[in-house]
Amino acid sequence: MEFWIDILILLVRCLVLALAATTLFAYFTLFERRLLARFQNRVGPNRAGYIPLPGGKKFFGGFLQPAADAVKLFFKEDVVPEKADKWVYLIAPGFAVIPALIIWVGIPLGTWPDGLGGNWLHYAPVDVGVLYLLAVTSIGVYGIAIAGWASNNKYSMIGGVRASAQVISYELALGLAILAVVMQNGTFRTEEIVAGQGMMWNIVPQFLAFVIFLVASTAEVVRSPFDLVEAEQELVGGYNTEYGSMKFALFFMSEYIKLVAMNAIAVALFLGGGNFPGIDTLVASLRESSGDTVANTVQGLLTLGAFLLKTTVLSFLSVWVRATTPRVRYDQLMNLGWKILMPMALLNVVVTAIIGVVMPTGGVIANVIMFAFGVVVVVVTTVIAAPKHAKRSVRLVRAGTGN
Amino acid sequence: MLGAFFKGLGTTLKYLFKKPVTVEYPEVKRPVRERFRGRHQLKRFENGMERCIGCALCAAACPADAILVVPAENDRNQPNSPGERYAARYEINMLRCIFCGYCEDACPTNAIVLEHQYELSFYDRKSAIYDKSMLLVPIDQGHGEIPPVLQQLDRRPSPPAQIDL
Repeated sequence: MEFWIDILILLVRCLVLALAATTLFAYFTLFERRLLARFQNRVGPNRAGYIPLPGGKKFFGGFLQPAADAVKLFFKEDVVPEKADKWVYLIAPGFAVIPALIIWVGIPLGTWPDGLGGNWLHYAPVDVGVLYLLAVTSIGVYGIAIAGWASNNKYSMIGGVRASAQVISYELALGLAILAVVMQNGTFRTEEIVAGQGMMWNIVPQFLAFVIFLVASTAEVVRSPFDLVEAEQELVGGYNTEYGSMKFALFFMSEYIKLVAMNAIAVALFLGGGNFPGIDTLVASLRESSGDTVANTVQGLLTLGAFLLKTTVLSFLSVWVRATTPRVRYDQLMNLGWKILMPMALLNVVVTAIIGVVMPTGGVIANVIMFAFGVVVVVVTTVIAAPKHAKRSVRLVRAGTGN
Repeated sequence: MLGAFFKGLGTTLKYLFKKPVTVEYPEVKRPVRERFRGRHQLKRFENGMERCIGCALCAAACPADAILVVPAENDRNQPNSPGERYAARYEINMLRCIFCGYCEDACPTNAIVLEHQYELSFYDRKSAIYDKSMLLVPIDQGHGEIPPVLQQLDRRPSPPAQIDL
């Protein structure tokens, strides 16, 4: 009996998480579209639904846009290309979206003790949580690759191939960047990494890893400026050219959920997860005055809020970068991954190890050294690796000087 | 390279705080130019008589063949227009009309004028045909001043009006 109740609770929790992730996706698309529009001097979708304010003002216009989009996609015709490999074609969106959803169980979204030593906001506190995150984020590329293959379309195929090549290349840099964090905190458990950032967020000692992680994770979720997978100018729509209706929506969904999840992972690993100055003190005083239940609830909500706030900041950064940068060329993408990010990440691992041995207790000095090292490496690398402008081969000569 | 990247980010960030250039159409309508050619109107004289004398020059000038004019003799005692005849039926097919304004040019009495109304959507093809009751301005408005563009016209007919009838 006890067992079945546990199973039921687990199922409900999973459902809540899946729905939350999907809602997050829906509103992230709105967030991105509105923000991108403002970056481009436009207004963005502001028609579907609004909250009426007194005085005829309209507040938050367009907040039903995701719902409208979903309805539209549901009602579109569901076409399977005649020459497609039907079953693989049908299964590919699932392959893409399931990993995107199950990433979330590995991320500690906050601290909400359930009173039994567990945490409502961390679904799967496994020993190798970091490895789980890495593994699941890269599994998602199977969906893209087989979608490209099964569509029986050369553009989709190239899109899928590009996706696998790109994800494999950036997986290394991503893994090495995370490895440095693991070394810094001495654990593979994500919740312990978060707890270890109570005093000092990892972004300070692991600044270099953070930068590498941001770049590599953008490439990992094939997002602008690394969205060669769906380069419209070359590949029509890329791997999802032949997909329509909800099947397309699932790819779209997996892409955006993965993006937000990557930002969430960055928050957990580098920005202190649900930690925020003041929450601990407040919760401790509440525990004294109002008892455990209230304190746990408040702690859960506050840490979740802090986590989501930080994730929103990083998501803003993603949109901002998308609004700014043009797409990179394929050789540039490979160069960046293999020749710049990976050596940088390796160097970071080495330096982290050295600092860890020389100053095993850590402390402010070690953090400052690591931070300075990170900044210097980023600046020096960008100076060295910046594209060289070819010298003018033709000397401009003033007319009439005869030379 | 880092500098260029941050410069780019700064540029886009600057636009975040600018007012969007978008004109939110149904609520905000941009005024059209004085010479804008929109929906037609059949004008009246100051005394309320129709300017249209049913000559069908507009129909002849129309390159899209959108205009139908069926003239009729004026009743001597109660004339509709100052001439001998008036337009008993006057229809413009808005699906055919290309808003070139040749009918305006062809009209000897400045009866037909392309005005500034441009919201001309309809649900079926039948309602695309605007008949005289829709085109003719009400008797209490639209007479008197003709549009400035036409006022200055001490003009010769434009080429389409010279078509051999």
